[in-house]
Amino acid sequence: MFSYYLQLAFRNLRRNPGLTALMIGAVALGIAVCVMTLTMYRAISGNPIWWKNDVLYAVTMDFWDPQQPNNEDKPELPPEQLTYRDAMAVYRSDIPKHKVIMHKAVGILSVDGQQVKPERTATRVTTKDFFAIFDVPFQYGGTWTDAADFGPEPVMVISRGMNEKLFGGVNSVGRRVRWNDHEFRVVGVRDNWMPLPAFYDVNNGSLEEPEDAYIPFGWNAALEIYSAGNTNGWKPEDIKTFQDFLNSEDVWIQMWVELPDAAAHDRFKAFLDNYATQQKQGGRHSRPINNRLTKPDQWLVDNGVVGNDDRVLVGLAFAFLAVCLLNTVGLLLAKFLNNAPITGVRRALGASRRQIFMQHLVEVGVISSIGALLGLALGGLLLTGLRALYTVDPTDAGGAQALAHVDVTSVVTALGLAFFATIAAGLYPAWRIGRIPPASYLKAQ
Amino acid sequence: MLEMHGISKIYRVDLIETHALRDFSLTVGDGEFVAVTGPSGSGKTTFMNVAGLLETFDTGTYKLDGENVSRLSDEARSKLRNEKIGFIFQSFNLIPDLDIFDNVDVPLRYRSLAKKDREQRIKSALEVVGLSSRMHHMPSQLSGGQQQRAAIARALAGDPRFLLADEPTGNVDSLMARQVMDLLEQINEMGTTIIMVTHDPELARRAHRNVHIVDGQISDFKPYETRENSLMKPAPAAVAAMSPA
Repeated sequence: MFSYYLQLAFRNLRRNPGLTALMIGAVALGIAVCVMTLTMYRAISGNPIWWKNDVLYAVTMDFWDPQQPNNEDKPELPPEQLTYRDAMAVYRSDIPKHKVIMHKAVGILSVDGQQVKPERTATRVTTKDFFAIFDVPFQYGGTWTDAADFGPEPVMVISRGMNEKLFGGVNSVGRRVRWNDHEFRVVGVRDNWMPLPAFYDVNNGSLEEPEDAYIPFGWNAALEIYSAGNTNGWKPEDIKTFQDFLNSEDVWIQMWVELPDAAAHDRFKAFLDNYATQQKQGGRHSRPINNRLTKPDQWLVDNGVVGNDDRVLVGLAFAFLAVCLLNTVGLLLAKFLNNAPITGVRRALGASRRQIFMQHLVEVGVISSIGALLGLALGGLLLTGLRALYTVDPTDAGGAQALAHVDVTSVVTALGLAFFATIAAGLYPAWRIGRIPPASYLKAQ
Repeated sequence: MLEMHGISKIYRVDLIETHALRDFSLTVGDGEFVAVTGPSGSGKTTFMNVAGLLETFDTGTYKLDGENVSRLSDEARSKLRNEKIGFIFQSFNLIPDLDIFDNVDVPLRYRSLAKKDREQRIKSALEVVGLSSRMHHMPSQLSGGQQQRAAIARALAGDPRFLLADEPTGNVDSLMARQVMDLLEQINEMGTTIIMVTHDPELARRAHRNVHIVDGQISDFKPYETRENSLMKPAPAAVAAMSPA
């Protein structure tokens, strides 16, 4: 019977092409908006380093104002960044398998003798483990040595996109670049990489692209590089020199560690607590000891990376889908009632209510399938439009490109959503048409 | 074949009750050809709908081919309708976007018959009504008479025990009406019981028996002399119409 119902469905769809187009359009539009919003939501709410969720930790310590917490809304949380001196002190621990302290900066990047204009470039000032700890891929070369971190040595890793711009994409390891008029040697070219959200530095927006240049951490003191992200302080301090800034209570350094097992976790936590206790005993602060090692998924939650606005947006998208489906219910009812005389004939000729219900449900299924496919295509178009809003380096995979990429999960979600939502929307009209007394239409036909 | 006892059917719209059938009793025997007549609004169509299991009734009992249909589920009523009853409507009620072959196929589809079996039944039904050459025409490409013959083929394809014809010649000219009537008589002679609602005295006279309905009840008044009366030919089966008390 299913194939017969399918034949009838296509025949009925052809019978009222205008109404059919309206229904499919309504479903498609609702699905498209949902796909776009869900894809965006997935992009900004997912854990982009889930495979390391159990070994990777953001390090935070609470040396904040004894009178009030850093965050009034979440008073239990320490500031999300460390002071320079705490970062340097904790970095000395050899417990973590990998450890990174870092901050964002901005510099002017250029190459001598090249036609390329000097460019203001987002730069990460970081220790060498940045690449290993976050599984950042390399196209050419690799990271620098331990010695280079605090030497500091004039070495740099650039992004694949920057390498395209500066060197036409060839292996540029060993080539020279200038950063704020200081010469650096390229030791590595980072391959396409853009975790969404940008979990490793939550100061600059969850859709922030990774930096195009990376230089050893020691350069911040040597070149007096301030953070291009948030720098927060609570203590009135007389900061006159960069050294004053480095010694201040201002927090501006992000720290992450990789602790391969529970033992390493516990040892490192004890190390942090000892350090904090020493600082407290030394009279530096009087807050309760509150050091935290936070996994990436919890880190995203703690820092409100997935904001209420995003959730509201998803809610609105579903509300929009509901409106589209309600319209579809109305259109389906109109369409089915329009065909009620024919249904009356079918009932007279022996179709049961169940058979009429199934016939119309198959028709709804056909509408929902076409609507879903169209919605998927439309969603893809909308996401492409979104990508256009986020101007990114086209060679940088992931990120904003991920926004325009409808992945398998989104496809399955969209199809499932369309199918079940439209079927749900079609249940009432299909049931309703089966309940109509056939006799009332037989005379009128 | 058909036994109705004390059937009543009331339509309620807000506070207004309309008694379409009142204590209606009728027995139609196997192979009978019964004409149902009566003025507009007398309850003829309601009787046909109840007889055809298209509508339920409020009180009374109804046995179709020996089976009490009073409390059957929709599924069972539909099955019975599909297998034992054929409908012929005044306005043909062919499905406009199906060709004649597919129109005749409709009742067979709900019987889960094999494709070959269905094809054979359709072709043979169309042959009986003389439309073999038009099986792939759309209804709109046929005349009124041809459309009614197609509708008759659709009713016959399921090999029903009885046919319910509601003004079968109401929408065709007199020549076509006679042809349709000849066809119905042929079908009746093959053993199919026929109940036909009509306003046409000439057609009513061609039935074995005439049942006249007034105000939802069978009237004693016989407005038309039927075939049986005029030729003094005995009815094939029980012919006694039970009028209400």
